[in-house]
Amino acid sequence: MNNTEIVKRGLGKRYAREKRFRLYGRCAVFVGFIFLALLLVDIIVKAMPAFSVTEIRVEVDLDRDNLGLPAEGPVTAKMLAGVNFNGAIRKGLREAFPEATSRKQQKALYSLVSSGAWFSLSNQVADNPQLIGQKKVIWFRADDDVDTYYKLGRRTSRIDDLQAGYIDAMDGGNLIRTAFNTALFTNSDSREPEQAGIRGAVMGSFWTLLVTLIVSLPVGVAAAIYLEEYAPQNRLTDFIEININNLAAVPSIVFGLLGLAVFINFFGMPRSAPIVGGLVLSLMTLPTIIIASRAAIKSVPPSIKEAALGIGASHMQVVFHHTLPLAMPGILTGSIIGMAQALGESAPLLMIGMVAFIVDVPGGIFDSATVLPVQIYLWSDSPERAFTALTAATILVLLVFLTAMNAIAIYLRRKFERRW
Amino acid sequence: MQSSTLFIVIAALALVSFYTGRSRAQQARNSARLLALPAHYGYMAAMWSALPAIVLLLAWLAIEPGYLNNRIIASLPASIVDQPGEAVHLYVNNVLLAVGNGGVSDDPAIEAAAGKYLEAKRNSRILLSALVIILSLSGILFAMTRYLIRQHARRRVEAVVRIALMLCSGVAIVTTIGIVLSVLFEALRFFDSVSIIDFVFGTEWSPQTAIRADQVGSSGTFGAVPLFVGSVLISLIAMLIAVPVGLLTAIYLSEYATRKFRSTAKPTLEILAGIPTVVYGFFAALTVAPFIRGLGESVGLSVASESALAAGIVMGVMIIPFVSSLSDDVINAVPQAMRDGSLALGATRSETIKQVIIPAALPGIVGGVLLAASRAIGETMIVVMAAGLSANLTVNPLEAVTTVTVQIVTLLTGDQEFDSPKTLAAFALGLMLFISTLLLNVVALHIVRKYREQYE
Repeated sequence: MNNTEIVKRGLGKRYAREKRFRLYGRCAVFVGFIFLALLLVDIIVKAMPAFSVTEIRVEVDLDRDNLGLPAEGPVTAKMLAGVNFNGAIRKGLREAFPEATSRKQQKALYSLVSSGAWFSLSNQVADNPQLIGQKKVIWFRADDDVDTYYKLGRRTSRIDDLQAGYIDAMDGGNLIRTAFNTALFTNSDSREPEQAGIRGAVMGSFWTLLVTLIVSLPVGVAAAIYLEEYAPQNRLTDFIEININNLAAVPSIVFGLLGLAVFINFFGMPRSAPIVGGLVLSLMTLPTIIIASRAAIKSVPPSIKEAALGIGASHMQVVFHHTLPLAMPGILTGSIIGMAQALGESAPLLMIGMVAFIVDVPGGIFDSATVLPVQIYLWSDSPERAFTALTAATILVLLVFLTAMNAIAIYLRRKFERRW
Repeated sequence: MQSSTLFIVIAALALVSFYTGRSRAQQARNSARLLALPAHYGYMAAMWSALPAIVLLLAWLAIEPGYLNNRIIASLPASIVDQPGEAVHLYVNNVLLAVGNGGVSDDPAIEAAAGKYLEAKRNSRILLSALVIILSLSGILFAMTRYLIRQHARRRVEAVVRIALMLCSGVAIVTTIGIVLSVLFEALRFFDSVSIIDFVFGTEWSPQTAIRADQVGSSGTFGAVPLFVGSVLISLIAMLIAVPVGLLTAIYLSEYATRKFRSTAKPTLEILAGIPTVVYGFFAALTVAPFIRGLGESVGLSVASESALAAGIVMGVMIIPFVSSLSDDVINAVPQAMRDGSLALGATRSETIKQVIIPAALPGIVGGVLLAASRAIGETMIVVMAAGLSANLTVNPLEAVTTVTVQIVTLLTGDQEFDSPKTLAAFALGLMLFISTLLLNVVALHIVRKYREQYE
């Protein structure tokens, strides 16, 4: 048997092995795809219920007598504050279901409407005092357990037969409907899932990112200019570069410890405030911005710099008049990607107290705030089932923001990318 | 004046100074030859006006709290000052609390001290405002003298800007030093009360602190071994998923896939890297963990609802793109000549990959895997949401374990006093985490750099 035959005999096996190897590779790629698809589909399916909300139709009698207001004269805000709107809503419910006479039946009936319903009624009346004296049909948000039962047909333990009977009766009489959940975008955090929204978290993220951008972009670009254009080749420069590379790989939670020890305990900055969160996140994104900016500055061809130097510009004029504008698209792309990372980051913010339950929408960088990812973390921990859907919906909103930021970065890169 | 108002005043005066200096230079240009453009004189005048004022303001703000504290202590009656240091400290804190309430307190002595504090603060702020405005204005006056236009303004301005650029690049060093010092300092305070041997080698972790000092078990035990075992266990599961999948993906995409497939598959997989970790945590806790639990029960295994397996698998998925893009880089760095040589000898593609490319790229791949491992150990949100809270020394992936990062988060969230060993323990854990990830990174970066040099 000669060598050719030996090789030929083994050939089938070797080709089979080749095919198998190729298949493994293809499988690996598809495993990645499948996980991505599973993740996204799972979150979208879980989020769907949060975008709609169940409402109950109640005809409220806003008669002065009924509300306990004086028969004549103007109605002041102080008088309105004393009005028992809850009683008016309950009366409307009783009129819709006259057969509910026992205390138990009435209690079941009242529990169908969200416990915050009177508040929205009170706001409506305060905004529009002409309503007083009229009979008005108003759709109130249902309680979250009712919402789950009506939308998904799933009974939680808190819906008993009596309540279920009323809901079914309402469904038959067109007294109950589902509508788009605007509260998700206009309200802030709440203990009641049907009242909870993400506006506070979105604003908190906005303020935090604003601080991050204002701090990290100038500092990062300045550092990149120094390292690319001015830094002498010495130990100090090497040390700075090693530091930047290591900071890029330090776990984010360690930055949280830094923020707690330095900004809060040493400098006495306020806990839970976007200013501290923004500073911590800017230290975290600094390496990303520096590395991206250095690459962008490096890619500006030397011929342009030399031409500017040749006609008498100083080194700094070359940098600020020519190199920096030409490197700007690359710097901006890197910064947007860094900002997207900062937007999704939550671990260091847990350390500096941005996990508090905050109902008010933060109005500035010194107010207590929380951010979108931390809101996701907080809600995912809540026992109420309805919060799961809210969490998933918040994730979708966060992913939309991230996609938009990355799309802008890709667009910038495509539009301004130049090959010299 | 508020310090923020002072900054605005400084900025406004600097702007005035800029225009003064520039117009001064423009006038001078008619009679004499200037060394720089008028705008440079404007910048220099603005710097004269703003820089000393800003330096003074920052220094003042840094020194002021300490000075005011000393003033409080100096104003206290002797009966309090003679007490041990902690009591004085506590008293000063009470005074500061009263100051925060607008100087109102139940205790007349504290209220008097708070009043003095507020007065001292008011005086200090008046003095500060006056000094800052005088400094800024003198900069403007200076800009009107002939001295300004005799300077080489461009060189002066550029020297200052250059120093500013250098300081910005120094922020990286300051951050590292800040991390090391803050974590080390608190960790050392922790090791005062708990011995470092017990911490590193102890196998029991129960960081309760007592409400009363005489309570049973009030000290808590701080043995970090279960936490590290938990971290390593979850990271190991993650690496078992991420390394084969990521490596095979990189090989397939760089050696087999068509250009078109590669250009869609690579960005798609990189989406996985861009998804925030809190989203993975949600997925792990609410979808993967119950699924694994159900799967385990259907074959008669008891699986904890916060099993290490669920957290590990999801973390592995998160790291896939990290491993694959690092391996992709090193595989592409292997010279084409080596591939051609192997193929020319009659080896199939897979044989070339397995026997030529992988061995050649191995150091780089190992470096990438180490970097991925350091990320897995430092990862926080997935384990906070999907792993357990109680320390459990086990290597069974179906049981709940806790990790270093989970404990840091649980020890530091919520309201507790900062000086208890419980909160300081978090810093000790942070120190261990920082050191271990730093070591992994340094080794990994060293290997990767060595490997690059080999083929460059």
